[in-house]
Amino acid sequence: MFNKILIANRGEIACRVMETARNMGVKTVAVYSDADALSKHVAMADEAVHIGGSAPAESYLKGDVIIAAAKETGAQAIHPGYGFLSENPDFVDAVEKAGLTFIGPSADAIRKMGLKDAAKVLMEEAGVPVVPGYHGANQDADFLAAEAVKIGYPVLIKAVAGGGGKGMRLVEVPKDFADALASAQGEATTAFGNPDVLIEKYILQPRHIEVQVFGDGTHAVHLFERDCSLQRRHQKVIEEAPAPGMTADVREAMGMAGVRAAEAIGYKGAGTVEFIVDGANGLRTDGFWFMEMNTRLQVEHPVTEAITGVDLVGWQLRVAAGESLPASQDELAIFGHSFEVRLYAEDVPKGFLPATGTLSHLSFPDGARSDSGVRAGDTISPFYDPMIAKIITHGPTRAVALSRMRTALAETQVGGTVTNLAFLGALCDHDGFADGQVDTGLIARDLDTLVQEVAPTAAQIGWAGMAALGLHEATQTEEGFNLWGPLARSVTLTHGEDDHAIKVMMDGESKADILVGDTSVRATRIGGGWHLDGKRAAPVSVSEGKVSLFARYGMEFDVIDPLVVEIDAGAAGNVISAPMPGLVKAIFAEAGQEVKEGDRLAILEAMKMEHSLLAARDGVIAEVLAHAGDQVQEGAALIQLVEEAEEAAA
Amino acid sequence: MTKLQSKALTTSDEFAANRAAHLEALGIVAEAAATATQGGGERSRDRHVSRGKMLPRERVANLLDPGSPFLEVGATAAHDMYDNAAPSAGVIAGIGRVMGQEVMVVCNDATVKGGTYFPMTVKKHLRAQEIAEQCELPCIYLVDSGGANLPQQDEVFPDRDHFGRIFYNQANMSAKGIPQIAVVMGSCTAGGAYVPAMSDVTIIVKEQGTIFLAGPPLVKAATGEVVSAEDLGGGDVHTRLSGVADYLAEDDAHALALARRAVESLNRGKPQTVQWQASEEPAYDPEEILGVVPAGLRTPYDIREVIARTVDGSRFDEFKPRFGETLVTGFAHVKGCPVGIVANNGVLYSESAVKGAHFIELCAQRGIPLVFLQNITGFMVGRKYEAEGIARHGAKMVTAVATAKVPKITMLVGGSFGAGNYGMAGRAYSPRFLWSWPNSRISVMGGEQAAGVLATVKRDAIERQGGEWSADEEAAFKQPTLDMFEHQSHPLYASARLWDDGIIDPRKTRDVLALSLSASLCAPIEETKFGVFRM
Repeated sequence: MFNKILIANRGEIACRVMETARNMGVKTVAVYSDADALSKHVAMADEAVHIGGSAPAESYLKGDVIIAAAKETGAQAIHPGYGFLSENPDFVDAVEKAGLTFIGPSADAIRKMGLKDAAKVLMEEAGVPVVPGYHGANQDADFLAAEAVKIGYPVLIKAVAGGGGKGMRLVEVPKDFADALASAQGEATTAFGNPDVLIEKYILQPRHIEVQVFGDGTHAVHLFERDCSLQRRHQKVIEEAPAPGMTADVREAMGMAGVRAAEAIGYKGAGTVEFIVDGANGLRTDGFWFMEMNTRLQVEHPVTEAITGVDLVGWQLRVAAGESLPASQDELAIFGHSFEVRLYAEDVPKGFLPATGTLSHLSFPDGARSDSGVRAGDTISPFYDPMIAKIITHGPTRAVALSRMRTALAETQVGGTVTNLAFLGALCDHDGFADGQVDTGLIARDLDTLVQEVAPTAAQIGWAGMAALGLHEATQTEEGFNLWGPLARSVTLTHGEDDHAIKVMMDGESKADILVGDTSVRATRIGGGWHLDGKRAAPVSVSEGKVSLFARYGMEFDVIDPLVVEIDAGAAGNVISAPMPGLVKAIFAEAGQEVKEGDRLAILEAMKMEHSLLAARDGVIAEVLAHAGDQVQEGAALIQLVEEAEEAAA
Repeated sequence: MTKLQSKALTTSDEFAANRAAHLEALGIVAEAAATATQGGGERSRDRHVSRGKMLPRERVANLLDPGSPFLEVGATAAHDMYDNAAPSAGVIAGIGRVMGQEVMVVCNDATVKGGTYFPMTVKKHLRAQEIAEQCELPCIYLVDSGGANLPQQDEVFPDRDHFGRIFYNQANMSAKGIPQIAVVMGSCTAGGAYVPAMSDVTIIVKEQGTIFLAGPPLVKAATGEVVSAEDLGGGDVHTRLSGVADYLAEDDAHALALARRAVESLNRGKPQTVQWQASEEPAYDPEEILGVVPAGLRTPYDIREVIARTVDGSRFDEFKPRFGETLVTGFAHVKGCPVGIVANNGVLYSESAVKGAHFIELCAQRGIPLVFLQNITGFMVGRKYEAEGIARHGAKMVTAVATAKVPKITMLVGGSFGAGNYGMAGRAYSPRFLWSWPNSRISVMGGEQAAGVLATVKRDAIERQGGEWSADEEAAFKQPTLDMFEHQSHPLYASARLWDDGIIDPRKTRDVLALSLSASLCAPIEETKFGVFRM
């Protein structure tokens, strides 16, 4: 076994690898960019080496710098994690040339799988089913029709040069083929200037099922399948293992196909063979086809770990260190069911826009595995994937594991940024998903209901108001004391687009009436914890101007600071006048010109100094009343702006 | 210290009857207070709000830290005076925390006759300043007042403790380093203009606050100049041209936030005074005070029952328990603050008075604040007592009370009659705070005694002339006196005239004491120099 390894990655996967390494008594070296200097994976490692700027191209993709860091720190091997350099064969070569071990497959295996078309041919030769289709040059209509029959209906005609659905036709029965082909070719010609088409089998209800394989360079085993059908725009959202509706026969067929794929390329380490599966009428032994192989550890590997009890990273280290496969196929079995969700900092209502921000609060529930590369206080930077964590649950049955996931999501607390928690929660509540009716089109079909926002209740807004005022915890003696009636403290919060005016009347330490608009909420402190209209208040976290309320998967409120107001310059901003007697050195404005607040409009020389005169507001110049060279008195009007009312009228 | 053992039976009929009677008395005060907090009535409140202004109590709330206690002074001032035209005397005053520091807030209520100063308004404003000066509390004035109430100018303008004293106090407090901050949220006319002008820091609300020595009508009358209030003395003028104000605020909320920020940069802290210890709840529930204290003043009871429900852990180190037993003295803590308690347990005898003087000396020597629980019918009268020199002994106690410089807090928990009021730190003895329970009564003597004295004089005169006076005639003669004393000795009557700082719910005694002590200890404790004790 190695004494020390370097992890050429960041975030949760770097932390994940280090955890196992530490358990195995292996020292770890982290590498980090400028942006990650204070990040969790750096703090976790035994040593850390700075490798460059924040952009990945300046750091995590710099193989030579990383290899140098490994040499310098005495690391014997490099774990690439996923992404970055993990599937870069040149990097593997360089690592090996430097006398270090790459924890993963050989450069040759990566190259073989890297070329998608060549890989398919290779797989066909190895007896792995690939999606039937015709990709050849013969464009004769009758020939193509015959190919379509060979492939099996329904089929898809696609423009070779295609994209965006142009030149694409779905054909369900043979008699429609000729017309469809003609119109597809015509459209392809118009759109791309190239009439050539290819024909593929059309899979009605496609599912994405992948097989986890593990090889030692000669032999391979599979660790069963994962279903990753819940995707949004080809991004996996929720993964699970085993796949719903999987039968022993299909599992055996797919698993062995995966093993054949791995052995065909002499695969070493953890890999994933992805299949597209026809989910229309139950899974069949002849209803899955090879798509590609990922020659690395996958993001979703924890669900496999959960159902097999295998530490895949542990296996990676052992096999890379020269051990043979840690278990034979018949020693592997499935225990229960597991789900993984990917928790992101993203603004779901705004089209899943990646969000950034500082995590004012972060806590994950007990009873679920959470793999995270960030801690409370860390920043989600714009340079990398905005993943906050993966949350993994396990249970004896799919229903229990899913129910545990619902609970885990409800109890996950992220403050300081918006997240996709509510979206994940809605997915877990989706009836079809709960029934195991998964396919890659599910999210797109039901997106509107899945992203529906739930408006906060008056009690939640009121509670956020109390928290904004710091009244959610006992902070002072004699809190809320009054002789004959409570005082009403005001606070205004913003949630999404809405402003909420809140008044809190603390009456003693344990009672408050909260007015949210016209709705009254009674807050009572019972045994140290607040209750709102009798219900236990949700946990909150308060940081600089923000309240995060952990109900309904988290709500973010901004606190309006009464000190931050713009004093309207009003009429005073209409005229730019000389602040003191002096000489007009220059005028930079002319009538009709549009100016912005802060624009320099003139220079006045006085008391041996040059004073810039700035526009007090946005507007249009009405008239220039002075010229360069003029000697002016204090208060003399130099430039006049068009009155705002006139501007609006114009 | 010894934990007091209560002898009260909380399940007895007597306890329930006492409680019911106290709740009734409390209800009357609560109703008066509720009316007072409404200010000038619904219409003028609506008008005030429609101008974009916060109501005065809202202003106070948004000036103070969220959840800050508010120890209001004179909540029912001017109750039943001026035909009830000036609820709360048209001004809110009290102690709260701003940025964690205790401050005195004085807030005009413009919904009450435009915030003009009635005689009681002036008295209340001055009382708030007096507390602030004694306790060295920063003063924040939320100004919205038309100045003196002209129909009553003779009672608000000319005398020493009239309007002008406000500015005298501001100048002298500022001189002592007690910050003066004004927020101009409405009118500040004539003499009122000096509140912001005399302040260390002044904030004014744009197009709402005005400061001028003479308003537009007076200017027009005097010089013929026609000018709008805003152009004459608005926020823009005063922050840009005149420099009368320092900060221009967009609205009330902004102005109050600026005032909070001004407090943040005062660079003040509490002086080292007493040895605080961790606060501890009393072993007996303060709620039970209503049941253990008899409803009528005539029924004697053990004042230790009240002490047990007021002090930390109900622990009381009683001093000289076997001597002068009608005065209970001893050491305890109220929410961690050490106090010396002087409490009546009957009429004052010579021994009680001497013991009281001795105990006050101890507290003054040690720098321990004094708490007086006043329930006193007076000093014992009669030949024996005059002969043994009760006036001399009483004078010792009065001297000690008058000259002790440690903070004194007085709580009227029962009767406050005659010279007993003096010995027990009545208003004339300048306790830092004086609070009353709803069941308390205050007068020079009991109504019965007063009527009796007058009747005796009358009967003597009639009988000297050989006349006769029937019992019915005597009763009829006594009734007006009885009625007058009953009316005038009621705490609402007293509090309306600011003979105290307010009536409180007896169950809040411990809280009120703690807040009063905390405010008092914002000022260092001066060394005491006693006067001549008549030995």
